[in-house]
Amino acid sequence: MNLALIAPEISLLATAIVVILLDLFVQRKNILAVVSLAGLALAFGFTIHLWGGNPQAAFGNMLVVDKFALFFKMLFLVSAALVILASTDYVLKFDSFQGEYYALVLLATLGMMLISAATDLISIFVALELISISFFALVGFLKDAKSSEASLKYMLLGAIASAILLYGMAFVFGFTGNTQLGAISIAIYNMSLTGASAAPGLMLGLILIIVGLGFKIAAFPFQMWVPDVYEGAPTPITAFLSVASKAAGFAIILRIFYTAFNFPTWLSHDWGMIFAILAAIGMTVGNIVAIPQTNIKRMLAYSSIAQAGYLILGIAAMGFSPALSYLGQSGVLFFLAGYTVTNLGAFIAVIAISEKVGSDRISDYDGVLKRSPMLALALTLCLISLTGIPLTAGFLAKFYIFSGAVQNHLLWLVIIAVLNSVVAAYYYLRVVKVMWFNEPKFEGKISTSFGLRLALVLCCAGIIFIGVSPYAMNLANTAAKMFGF
Amino acid sequence: MNFNVLSLIIFLPALGALIIACISNSRAKLIKYVAAFFTLIPLILGIIVLFNFNKSAPVGAIQFEEKASWIPLINAYYHVGLDGISMPLFLLMDFLGFMVVLISWKIDLRPREYFAWLLLLETSILGVFASLDILLFFIFWEIEVIPMFFLISIWGSGRKEYSALKYVLYTLFGSAMMLAGILCLYFTTGSLSMVDIMKNGIGVLPAVPATLIFFLLLGGFAVKLPVFPLHTWLPDAHTDAPTAVSVVLAGALLKMGGYGMIRICVSFFPTIARQYAPWLIAFAVVNIIYGAAVTLKQTDIKRLIAYSSVSHMGFVLLGIFTLTQVSMVGATMQMVSHGLITGLLFATAGLVMHNTHERDIGKLGGLARQIPIITVIFTIAGLGAMGVPGTSGFISEFMVFLGSFGSTVLHARVLTVIAILGILMGAGYILWLLQRVFYGPPQDKFNSVKDATKLEVFYSALFIIVIFGIGLDPSILTNIIKTGVSAIIH
Repeated sequence: MNLALIAPEISLLATAIVVILLDLFVQRKNILAVVSLAGLALAFGFTIHLWGGNPQAAFGNMLVVDKFALFFKMLFLVSAALVILASTDYVLKFDSFQGEYYALVLLATLGMMLISAATDLISIFVALELISISFFALVGFLKDAKSSEASLKYMLLGAIASAILLYGMAFVFGFTGNTQLGAISIAIYNMSLTGASAAPGLMLGLILIIVGLGFKIAAFPFQMWVPDVYEGAPTPITAFLSVASKAAGFAIILRIFYTAFNFPTWLSHDWGMIFAILAAIGMTVGNIVAIPQTNIKRMLAYSSIAQAGYLILGIAAMGFSPALSYLGQSGVLFFLAGYTVTNLGAFIAVIAISEKVGSDRISDYDGVLKRSPMLALALTLCLISLTGIPLTAGFLAKFYIFSGAVQNHLLWLVIIAVLNSVVAAYYYLRVVKVMWFNEPKFEGKISTSFGLRLALVLCCAGIIFIGVSPYAMNLANTAAKMFGF
Repeated sequence: MNFNVLSLIIFLPALGALIIACISNSRAKLIKYVAAFFTLIPLILGIIVLFNFNKSAPVGAIQFEEKASWIPLINAYYHVGLDGISMPLFLLMDFLGFMVVLISWKIDLRPREYFAWLLLLETSILGVFASLDILLFFIFWEIEVIPMFFLISIWGSGRKEYSALKYVLYTLFGSAMMLAGILCLYFTTGSLSMVDIMKNGIGVLPAVPATLIFFLLLGGFAVKLPVFPLHTWLPDAHTDAPTAVSVVLAGALLKMGGYGMIRICVSFFPTIARQYAPWLIAFAVVNIIYGAAVTLKQTDIKRLIAYSSVSHMGFVLLGIFTLTQVSMVGATMQMVSHGLITGLLFATAGLVMHNTHERDIGKLGGLARQIPIITVIFTIAGLGAMGVPGTSGFISEFMVFLGSFGSTVLHARVLTVIAILGILMGAGYILWLLQRVFYGPPQDKFNSVKDATKLEVFYSALFIIVIFGIGLDPSILTNIIKTGVSAIIH
């Protein structure tokens, strides 16, 4: 047992505990944010330190430390740090429990880091529950009617999804006799199955797993909770939910389906087709329903359902890709990196603007340009990136993930996707229009805290950097190649 | 010249935009001078490039080439260069870039943003004409949408926000198809280099039918050119855009579509282009005749010129898909010539509107007495649009017809004869427009209308000199264009 392999997780857990204890003693709650950030930085340092090594299994094949997992860990740590930076203002809304807030964010991050490394159905489930339970609490943190409703809804539906996932895992275990992903793959391979009809139990298990995880990534038709929860939750948590929690879901889908169910070919084509259909419907529904939304958080919620559709397209491409091709995975990884900075940036700008405007209605964003040029510019950049206009992360991410799909003969799906991005332009640009062209209803500058500004600047820099430099793409590509068992 | 002159030309306006973004709105004069400076230098450099362009270089040679690896993982390069087809269009944009700054001299609403967007627009269009990497081409192509969106919605008139959004959605729709096409192309050839694909052909296609790729790509260009029935964004965008933006839109943006058709559709897919050419030239004739017919009944001066562009772009489409050297040289000439002539028409129409505060042709009239200089300029531009000998309009349309009449494409001869009717109708709508706006009894309400200022005379004179320069000695351009075209049509 090599504890050095899970040093990032250990340091994060320690930080969470320290934050809770410190909360009892310190008066200036800002210190908690600083400590949390320090803990995240420490964990990030450990993660980078591990990057150089070869894949290594730990804890009896429960976890693996490979570049794939490390890539996601960095992604989660960065997004958690940005969320905490952006929360520094927002937490003043809570009378107490600031310590718990930061600690729960850290614990959710811990769960995500574990899930990206998990290679056993058991450890996957445990990590997933750690994420979910942290979020159930975080979503309800505002304690007003909407927030409580969102929390309850998220918890009930989340529990059902977990149950379905567990049911699916039980089927897979019953069919293969293993919970370890690599062993499952070998067991399926040895059975020399000829088609789906030869293994109805396995297929049922597979479908149930897709349903359970589809809930996490907000894939259609398991997305019903998204708009209400996104609207009700504290905005930084919505941002975190829409980015990191979703990325964790994708991490584990990639891991499970690539490691356990990639052979024989008919099997991967079967689930590839399921994902392809989910992608097509998800992005279409998400985009069309986003158009009439008047609340910006709900609009971003539906847009994130559509963005999940693009990501699922990458998973479908993985299903149809020949053995040892990793274009599908690396497309998903790169898209997630771009999506993380873009969506976080959008939500952070929304936190700042809505805080001062006093509402989340798009019509109240009138003339934000005059009241705060920097916020308007930043939100415009994020929306342009979500639309997928070049020189932003959104464009290159789409280009890369679509090219993976085209190479795996999913041209029809790509055509649906590119047409969808035209629909999306309509509602993204509507917000730009309101901010730039309308006269402000109220006077006065919009002021922001330093932490929030820093987070926003980092996101915008990330959008441009990922959109222009080949660095992030190379990183995603390296990570996608290094799947360890 | 071994320094990176093309990159310098392309990115100087963007640099200017950045500098302008840092100047306060209250210093409008300074902003305008900075904008003029950062567009004049590219124009001068562009002229120097023109004179250094080697007309006797081997067929298909790329000149002033710059290539640097950008994203190795997807084989994307920063690769720019010019050949005979892109050179004139590149220079056209350099010219228009400087002109529109002069045309915009009266802009006082949020000048900082206005000129920053305008300069960014120039960079993106220059980039489209110079790119030799398809991804780079697409990136420049797509970036152009953002400045256009802001320019039309903030500084436009009428239903400006509607028109801007319509423009953006149409363009994105076109480029969405194009993106799918580019991805297929990348998948089948493994390369994003236009030069390589042109040299090696698209090879054997394992999965995606080449016809599909051809039409996906063509779709993007057809929206831009525009080809009937995808043209409906154009009248709205033109009518509601501020004058200078209409000039860029008609002058250079539409040409991106024609350029793309030559550079990508015809040269990558010669056999498919030939196979579907009869259909495409039929569309061209519809464009010409339908466009001209609709132009005849317009009552808004800007809308009229906008619809005349639809008709004129039909000549470009005809020239390209009759697939002869002469017609394609003519099509490229027509793009340059239309850019200049319609650019001037829009600029002058803008003057009429700005000075009289009236754009309804029915309410205008008899202006020749009150604003004689504008009348003369407008008339000259109108003669160009009619294709009167001596102007660039004549020689380019003549070459298109000459080439298409001798084309071996099915029905080319019959369709060419029909298309020539478009010239007749063109003369009709231009002369009628002149008559209604400038001639007839003078109206008292226009007695105090100002004529063109010195600056306006200056830029109009530049336009006119170039229009007649090309008209009287077309070989300046045809020799250059021929070197590019002969690499595509053997």
